[in-house]
Amino acid sequence: MPTKLWVFIEHFKGVVAQSSLEALGEARRLNGAMGGAGVTALLFGQGVADLAREVIAHGADEVLLADEATLAEFRSEPYTALLVKLAQEHRPEVILAGATTRGRDLLGMAAVDLNCGAMADVIALTYADGNVQATRPVYAGKLLATAMADGRRPQLISLRPRAFPKPEPDPARTGVVTPVAPVLAEEAIPLKVLDYVVEQGQVSLADAKIIVSGGRGVGGPEGFAPIRELAQALGAAVGASRAAVDAGWIPYAYQVGQTGKTVSPDLYIACGISGAIQHQAGMRSSKTIVAINKDAEAPIFKLARYGVVGDLFKIVPALTAEFKKRLGK
Amino acid sequence: MHVVVCVKQTPDSAAKMGVENGKVTWGDAGLVVNPWDEYAIEEAIRLKEKYGGKATAISLGPESAKEALKTCIAMGCDEAILLSDPAFKGSDALATSYALAQAIQKMGDVDLVLFGKQAIDGDTGLTPIGVARRLGWTPLTYTIQIAELDLNARTITAERLLEQGKQVVSGKLPAVVGTVKDINEPRYPSFMGIRKAAKAAIPTWSAADLGCEPDKIGGAGSAIRWPSVYPLPAREGAVEMIEGTPEEIAAKLADKLIADKVI
Repeated sequence: MPTKLWVFIEHFKGVVAQSSLEALGEARRLNGAMGGAGVTALLFGQGVADLAREVIAHGADEVLLADEATLAEFRSEPYTALLVKLAQEHRPEVILAGATTRGRDLLGMAAVDLNCGAMADVIALTYADGNVQATRPVYAGKLLATAMADGRRPQLISLRPRAFPKPEPDPARTGVVTPVAPVLAEEAIPLKVLDYVVEQGQVSLADAKIIVSGGRGVGGPEGFAPIRELAQALGAAVGASRAAVDAGWIPYAYQVGQTGKTVSPDLYIACGISGAIQHQAGMRSSKTIVAINKDAEAPIFKLARYGVVGDLFKIVPALTAEFKKRLGK
Repeated sequence: MHVVVCVKQTPDSAAKMGVENGKVTWGDAGLVVNPWDEYAIEEAIRLKEKYGGKATAISLGPESAKEALKTCIAMGCDEAILLSDPAFKGSDALATSYALAQAIQKMGDVDLVLFGKQAIDGDTGLTPIGVARRLGWTPLTYTIQIAELDLNARTITAERLLEQGKQVVSGKLPAVVGTVKDINEPRYPSFMGIRKAAKAAIPTWSAADLGCEPDKIGGAGSAIRWPSVYPLPAREGAVEMIEGTPEEIAAKLADKLIADKVI
């Protein structure tokens, strides 16, 4: 019998998304406040039965497993149809997902079908008197707002990646795996996935613990070479400011900021980035910010924990050499 | 072809946001077209130019949102309609998506609806996908390129920008497309366009015009409440400047970052 607290598990090429593990961790915490009836995970896909073990180890007591070809790749229509059917049958109080492209689409569509509220990109949750209260950034992270659903259930909540700690897996945990059947047949799904162009060897910005980012100060496409070298030495993702993207030095997929990605790494190293308010919107929730800039007056230094005024083309390679030495690479 | 672009009027992205007596303020900064929507407007105009037909901009908001719609016309949209009614006040994404879907259905001949990825005020990104679901049309969020549009076969092929890379998908028309930056480079309004916009009559459709059920709009139609909004807590501690030769700086910084356990 499914519990009242559900977590949607996202996966890609056989790997569970970090944000889903973080959601499981948060669900365990909420479970205590909600009376301890347990956590149910929704695992949809094809050939994903093996992932149930990992999902249980990270906090699920039950896994509703749908394993079928129509669910092989995330498509919002068949996934929503199944999630909605299960929710109508079992009436959960809360459904959590990562605030990823997939998680946001899924909960946004389910909110319409279930005529209930969705809270997107949440960074903190509390539970009192039967209601979840969510804290979420608004106005590009310049303000925070609390949100809660009226009496309608379920409460659909997507959690910002890296805003919640990833739980330690406990291999001794046990759980029940219950098979469930998909709702839509392939003929009923209008959307077909033709291709997927994955960038090889890149660390995803959303999941990155460390990001090394370059801005106008890198001066050109070749200026990203030392940025990439430092990122490689640290196992970090590469980011960029809008100025660098708009200049055509690096593709848009790397842009951090108001019209790019929002990131929350442990460490954000801003190289030649002045720190316009729109850039801050995308990275100010980073735990530690290091700013390297020629201009001592640059606004980025107001956000930074550590600042270096100087030439990034001298400082960044020195840092790369230092970290290679320290990290034994 | 009839393409509809849904826009929102928001405070300027450079505005310094504050809170006074529980209400959000943005000083003397202006109201603009939500920056994400500029890409959707541009795409709507390009599609119209390529495939013929017309591009209509719609916005749900107060009377002032007509200014945002005028920007759409100045850029090249043919028509604009304001959805405005005191009964819409307090609408969340659930209620907004309902009213927008009602307006799109009322037009009757729409092939494609375009949105910006999200609005920079609420930042939920829930409205485009909500409208797609309400209409039952193909949802194509996070689209970075409309690769192919076949109006005879009624199909659309698009590239979507997801976390791990680009996904190429095809679906049926009509579709609801959420655009991301990089799908195009939005144009500036032309002189002729600005003159056209100044003279344009922008009709207002009320909740009754849209045939909205009263319990699906405004506060009654909304499932989310916002008990409070407040400024970000200040970042703790001042910046510590690291000085020396590049090698000395690198060594000091490495010591500190390792001691802070962020590396």
